[in-house]
Amino acid sequence: MKAKTLYDKLWESHVVREEPDGTALLYIDRHLVHEVTSPQAFEGLRLANRPVWRASANLATADHNVPTTDRSKGIADPVSRIQVETLDQNCADFRILEFGMNDPRQGIVHVMGPEQGATLPGMTVVCGDSHTSTHGAFGALAHGIGTSEVEHVLATQCLIQKKSKSMLVVVDGPAGPGVTAKDIVLAVIGRIGTAGGTGYAIEFSGQAIRDLSIEGRMTVCNMAIEAGARAGFVAVDDKTIEYVKGRPFAPSAQHWDQAVAYWQTLHSDDGAEFDEVVVIPAAQILPQVTWGTSPEMVSPVSDKVPDPRDEADPVKADGMRRALSYMGLEAGTPITQIRLDKVFIGSCTNSRIEDLRAAAAIARGRKVAESVKQALVVPGSGLVKAQAEQEGLHKVFIDAGFEWREPGCSMCLAMNADRLEPGERCASTSNRNFEGRQGKGGRTHLVSPAMAAAAAIAGHFVDIRDLQA
Amino acid sequence: MDKFQTFTGIVCPLDRSNVDTDAIIPKQFLKSIKRTGFGPNLFDEWRYLDHGEPGMDNSARPTNPDFVLNDPRYAGASILLTRENFGCGSSREHAPWALEDYGFKVIIAPSYADIFFNNSFKNGLLPIVLNAATVDRLFEQANGSHALELTIDLEVQQIRVGEAAPIGFDVDAFRKHCLLEGLDDIGLTLQHVDDIRAYEERRQQQAPWLFD
Repeated sequence: MKAKTLYDKLWESHVVREEPDGTALLYIDRHLVHEVTSPQAFEGLRLANRPVWRASANLATADHNVPTTDRSKGIADPVSRIQVETLDQNCADFRILEFGMNDPRQGIVHVMGPEQGATLPGMTVVCGDSHTSTHGAFGALAHGIGTSEVEHVLATQCLIQKKSKSMLVVVDGPAGPGVTAKDIVLAVIGRIGTAGGTGYAIEFSGQAIRDLSIEGRMTVCNMAIEAGARAGFVAVDDKTIEYVKGRPFAPSAQHWDQAVAYWQTLHSDDGAEFDEVVVIPAAQILPQVTWGTSPEMVSPVSDKVPDPRDEADPVKADGMRRALSYMGLEAGTPITQIRLDKVFIGSCTNSRIEDLRAAAAIARGRKVAESVKQALVVPGSGLVKAQAEQEGLHKVFIDAGFEWREPGCSMCLAMNADRLEPGERCASTSNRNFEGRQGKGGRTHLVSPAMAAAAAIAGHFVDIRDLQA
Repeated sequence: MDKFQTFTGIVCPLDRSNVDTDAIIPKQFLKSIKRTGFGPNLFDEWRYLDHGEPGMDNSARPTNPDFVLNDPRYAGASILLTRENFGCGSSREHAPWALEDYGFKVIIAPSYADIFFNNSFKNGLLPIVLNAATVDRLFEQANGSHALELTIDLEVQQIRVGEAAPIGFDVDAFRKHCLLEGLDDIGLTLQHVDDIRAYEERRQQQAPWLFD
């Protein structure tokens, strides 16, 4: 029998039917729903008088628009409020389980789903959000879809798809001190570029990936889309199974052993062939900081802002010049001399308990620099927040001068009130440093939670390895 | 969805690579629960000098004269010419909705981000892939003093300009068929209800925990 990749296994187990040209109808096991990309889909169902195919396969929560401050008075922005209320109404009308804004289980959809056990190994998981690749950390085939496809999944529990090419990214050997999942994935994007994964499904492997916790693997898979790949995933191992065990949506006791036996087959077979293989020695990866307006514009913290004159490709050099101008940076400036106005710790990339612990470990007993106007910590879900408070992490942050907020997407994309003002510079644990992403004219540097916390304390970037030494 | 018909239109050259969906339609406009009305806010942060919010009178806002969409040469453009990796970033279908609402029917670029590429077809917007050299040549022509007009013929997969040799392009046969016929994917899929039910029965035998 031909050796199969994990992607082959995930794909083949979900094909409902396939046309001769390879166009397939792919079955979707889990559909996560949020308020921004779903209203037009529900409206489409109503207009065509179509029911939801399998309501129990859907799970909804409001995350993009919700305030991260006191919610007892509801949402002040009337446009945001209507969108969140529309989700509530749609979920009620179509009998879809929703964790509403004031439910303790509410959170960023990509934090909430796994935490509930709603994401399981071997599943296909989709959501109208590009960071759905996050769920690949469980050995699931997970990717973002547009609103037309949200409607398609609601109506048919399927998607029309063609199989992607396969890429294996091997992060070989153990990661060095201070190097986190975020640094690993930023380094991968720096290496293959933001379009390097376009048309591919990426399997992440190698010791540095296997050594990561499930939270860390979610961080890596989350940013597969920033390398252009709709889906990124990691093979199932004991950590995966241990993480899932006992969660509300995990298999019942009756089916648990059968599920585990199947999950243990979810890895690429020895000798499986990939369309592309990229090997990166983990020892070469240092703590990363982005300096431009695309996640591929990234350097080790110990480097300087690069010079467009050193870039041979004229289109790339032009892009670098534009980025440096937008970012207000001079080529040749040491990264550690870049000073910050704001710090944001949160987002579907880095707002899980492990991320908050890493940031708190740096913040403990220290103070946010006076030059930093605002340092936000936004937990990924109500349950992450409760766990952090049980561990006393909120006190560590508040004592250090951080603001401790309610869960949501917050300043990752600034759809709610949390945003940068024009020209403000932010160390952010989020996933996109595009122009205007965190607010018009805002300047975003992507980093790990520990690096963000360290930058908040110092007022500029610091090499986390110096603090930990 | 309307049927995609052959048309002749003006080319607007947007000479940037990696144009992301945050640039195409900024997040504050995603709060709408409608599919239409995004056109005036297409490329909002590049197109206007002030900060845009939903509900503003866009006709009264100061426009950026250096942004190509505001160049009178390209008024009424229906073909957007751009560079590598167009539409990267978020999965927001508001991006093709905004492009279409503005009046674009076709995009020409050397490459696209996957989700954007897919979303475009679902909305009757045709993203054409041409090699970088051909795109370079079209940029030169579009940047001239007169607007470049192209005829897009999806049926024969050709771009025609004046008397010059037509430029051929590839398109997935199924997607082409759907565009030309204006077909709704959901309607097509629902023709296979029996297959979906049969799959679910099989799957429930093999993996019963997925139906717990």
